[in-house]
Amino acid sequence: MALPVPSRKMTTIESAYLLEVVKGLVLTISHVIKNIFDPDHFRTIEYPDMKKPMAVRYRGAHRLLTRPDGKVKCVACMCCPTVCPAKCITIIAGEDPDDPAEKFPVEFDIDMLRCIYCGFCVEACPKDAIRMDTRIYEINAYTRQDMVHNKSYMVNLMEGKKPEAEDVYRANPSTAPAGYTFDEKPIP
Amino acid sequence: MSMEEVLPVLVVLAKCVFAVAFVMQIVPLLIWAERKGSAYIQDRPGPNRAHILGIRAGGHVHSLTDVVKLIMKEDIVPGHVNWFYWFIAPVVAMTIALSTFVVVPFGDYLTIMGHKIDLRVSEIDGGLLYVLAMTSLGVYGIMLAGWASNNKFSLLGGLRSSAQMVSYELAMGLSAAVIFLMAGSVSLRDIVDAQIVGWAPNGTFLNWNVFSVPGAIAFVLFWTAAFAETNRTPFDLPEGEAELVAGYHTEYSSLRFALFFMAEYANMIVAAAVTTTLFFGGFSTGLPFVDGAFLREHADLVLAVIGLGAVPPLLAFSAIAWKRRNRDFYKALSADDIRHREPRFFAALWGGLAVVHLGLGVAGLAGIPTSVLGVELGGDLVALAVHMTAFSLKVLFGCWFFIWVRWTIVRFRYDQLMNLGWKRMLPLALANLFLAALWIIVKETMLA
Ligand code: SF4
Ligand code: SF4
Repeated sequence: MALPVPSRKMTTIESAYLLEVVKGLVLTISHVIKNIFDPDHFRTIEYPDMKKPMAVRYRGAHRLLTRPDGKVKCVACMCCPTVCPAKCITIIAGEDPDDPAEKFPVEFDIDMLRCIYCGFCVEACPKDAIRMDTRIYEINAYTRQDMVHNKSYMVNLMEGKKPEAEDVYRANPSTAPAGYTFDEKPIP
Repeated sequence: MSMEEVLPVLVVLAKCVFAVAFVMQIVPLLIWAERKGSAYIQDRPGPNRAHILGIRAGGHVHSLTDVVKLIMKEDIVPGHVNWFYWFIAPVVAMTIALSTFVVVPFGDYLTIMGHKIDLRVSEIDGGLLYVLAMTSLGVYGIMLAGWASNNKFSLLGGLRSSAQMVSYELAMGLSAAVIFLMAGSVSLRDIVDAQIVGWAPNGTFLNWNVFSVPGAIAFVLFWTAAFAETNRTPFDLPEGEAELVAGYHTEYSSLRFALFFMAEYANMIVAAAVTTTLFFGGFSTGLPFVDGAFLREHADLVLAVIGLGAVPPLLAFSAIAWKRRNRDFYKALSADDIRHREPRFFAALWGGLAVVHLGLGVAGLAGIPTSVLGVELGGDLVALAVHMTAFSLKVLFGCWFFIWVRWTIVRFRYDQLMNLGWKRMLPLALANLFLAALWIIVKETMLA
């Protein structure tokens, strides 16, 4: 049902329309003048050249974390493929030859075309082995196959990239979410 | 055939080419102004991606790419159209838009080989009547397109356009009648001449028709009606895209659409040119004592003042362009990006123009133009340049006003449009005609 909108009776000057038009013109030209003299004033971010700094807790592309000895932290517990609402994580588990008590993922694929970036996999992980703190939002490829991120891709994702959320949290611990545990990688 | 016989023909041809070129050169500029102006009004940067060798020219390259796009696009002819009228409609729209310009004077006269050439394409005396006739014909292109497209949206667009034309033509004609009364002639040249002389010193802007009471009212009415006649917002009902898809040009694509698109802008330019002529003194400069005779007498001095006067602003533009290197945008680019050339290019361009103007100014001071070209031709050329500049600036401002209003005001509803036309503007225009007659009588008795 449409809500009745109370209408206001226009004053004589308003219904003559001309003064209102002039007021509008003054408003628009003031924007033009301001923008001509200050081209950096626009809110627009000229995207491919300039990028929006994402919030530190933005959920971007997934990465896999490693232990100090270089092995992935993941123990192939299958928590994340179980919780994943999009069913896009595929893990093939194997046994660690050095330590038969441990499992590890032989293959760890995430189909980014199906992922809904909900972050449940990160929350479910008991080993803090997967995170979405890369702040990478340009996830694209020419083929469907390339949109499936595999283990080595996700391990090396942050090599030589912009600072991770982790670095931001390290520099300024009060911004970190409650209960955040820092990655074990050495501080460069 | 002797030169004496060929010259008039050549002059007419040159003037025709000039009239078409004048309108057609402003069209891409207006398309650019429409995009960039709307962007700046809405706090956006507007078109700024396309570039040639790194020079983006503030979005002008987009107009160029648009032309290429429109030429390359498939020209679709729907099966259900009435093909003859459908084919001629865009041509009619464009031809009429261009042909209105022929009676508008853009300068006083030029003397070539002893012939005094009047600077308007056609020297007919009923200029204003011709303008009114042609602007009412302008709706034919839209009506033909709307009817021949054979679909209900286009037809509605065409019908709205003709209804709008009928309603606003009256107010437009009556406000133009005020101008005939004040000038005592319907020749546009006489109307301009009548605005150069007056109670203030010759050439002063206070002599323009818009600075008299009936003239000012007539201007507001004429200008409002001009919005309706050119189908610009707030009266762009014939193509109201929310209701009518695209109105009369729904079925057109490729260059045929481009013709309609250009015709709209050409109509704006012509409306601005006619308004300038009727109300803003046409090619008159608006400065006290600066009329055609003054410009011819002091040609060298005028050139020196213009040349030297343009140097400081051009240098300022150059400095601003140079400073833009430090914008956040350029800092974000990689070091070898060719767009880094742009601020340097513009700094050099404006700087170069400043040098050219400095040269003109010095040449003027040294008295070179009149000594090389002769007093008569030198004076005529300076007068032509000054008059053309004054005229073009006024026309461009008028066109900008169309754009400015479009991005300020929302579209009228159809009944509001009719109410405004018939119940407000028509009675006001009639009353203004009486006021003008009274004004002239009072002025004449006071002067006598
Ligand atoms: S973010 Fe959500 S959808 Fe994507 S992989 Fe993790 S759990 Fe699955
Ligand atoms: S929840 Fe963590 S440890 Fe378990 S499979 Fe997923 S990433 Fe590996």
